[in-house]
Amino acid sequence: MNIPIEYYIWLSTVLFSIGVLGVLYRRNAIIIFACIELMLNAVNLLMVAFSAKLNDSNGQVFVFFIMAVAAAEVAVGLAILVMMYRKTKSVDIDILNRLRG
Amino acid sequence: MTLYLFYFLSFVAIFSALLVVFSKNPVYSVLYLIITFFAIAGHYILLNAQFLAAVHVIVYAGAIMVLFLYVIMLLNLNQDSEPHKSSLAKIAAVICAGTMMVIIIGTLRGSASLPAKDGVNIGYVKELGNVLFNEFLLPFEISSILLLAAMVGVVMVGKMDHKTVDSPQSVNGNSTLDNRPSTMDKVNEKELTINK
Repeated sequence: MNIPIEYYIWLSTVLFSIGVLGVLYRRNAIIIFACIELMLNAVNLLMVAFSAKLNDSNGQVFVFFIMAVAAAEVAVGLAILVMMYRKTKSVDIDILNRLRG
Repeated sequence: MTLYLFYFLSFVAIFSALLVVFSKNPVYSVLYLIITFFAIAGHYILLNAQFLAAVHVIVYAGAIMVLFLYVIMLLNLNQDSEPHKSSLAKIAAVICAGTMMVIIIGTLRGSASLPAKDGVNIGYVKELGNVLFNEFLLPFEISSILLLAAMVGVVMVGKMDHKTVDSPQSVNGNSTLDNRPSTMDKVNEKELTINK
């Protein structure tokens, strides 16, 4: 591996921060989901980079499990969103505030 | 050569990730997210993780993004219906994300000095499968149960909505809505079988 690990740290930090920015910046719930996927992928990328550097396959197995969990999360989340859209006719998260205490 | 490839893939990933956040149309956002995922798959190949690159393309670009696009087209979202935050909230979001980036980089900087190790290539299916089916057999089976539970949950969410929306006085317009949960579930099932 001839690419320094610092570059991967920078890249995944920037990608993760763009994901955080998207969650804070947008009001469309679907785009917020997409940005959560982006954050998960940034973490996956860093995990694969470190597992390649340390020659430890546990990191890659964890990435595999994160992908499985992300798939389940997106399926359930989008189903809930479609249900909420049919009730409120909007995906604006400022309207979806019924769960507040 | 590898370094130039790294720079190119990083540029594509970051640029399209920024476009995900800043494009007005949700469909474009999701399409840019697909480009980001392909760039990340390229990074996996650069890191000699071929199996993960293949799984990443299949699961994310092939299943999750299709689900996203499907939902956006189903809900008929476009630029006009897109809600926007106030500019003060946007500036606050940019400041928060920038501060967080600085903090994370400061935290992770010391970890670069970890010693690198050599050995067999761990990214191939053979080595990864050995680890997955020996050490991680129980989590692997549990993740399949998780996917089954997610599938049942999605079906239940669709059914629950079906019952409440489809009241006796529902107009004909709702009959088109009734097709939606079943098609959603088909996509989810397809995604789940791909993931298995």
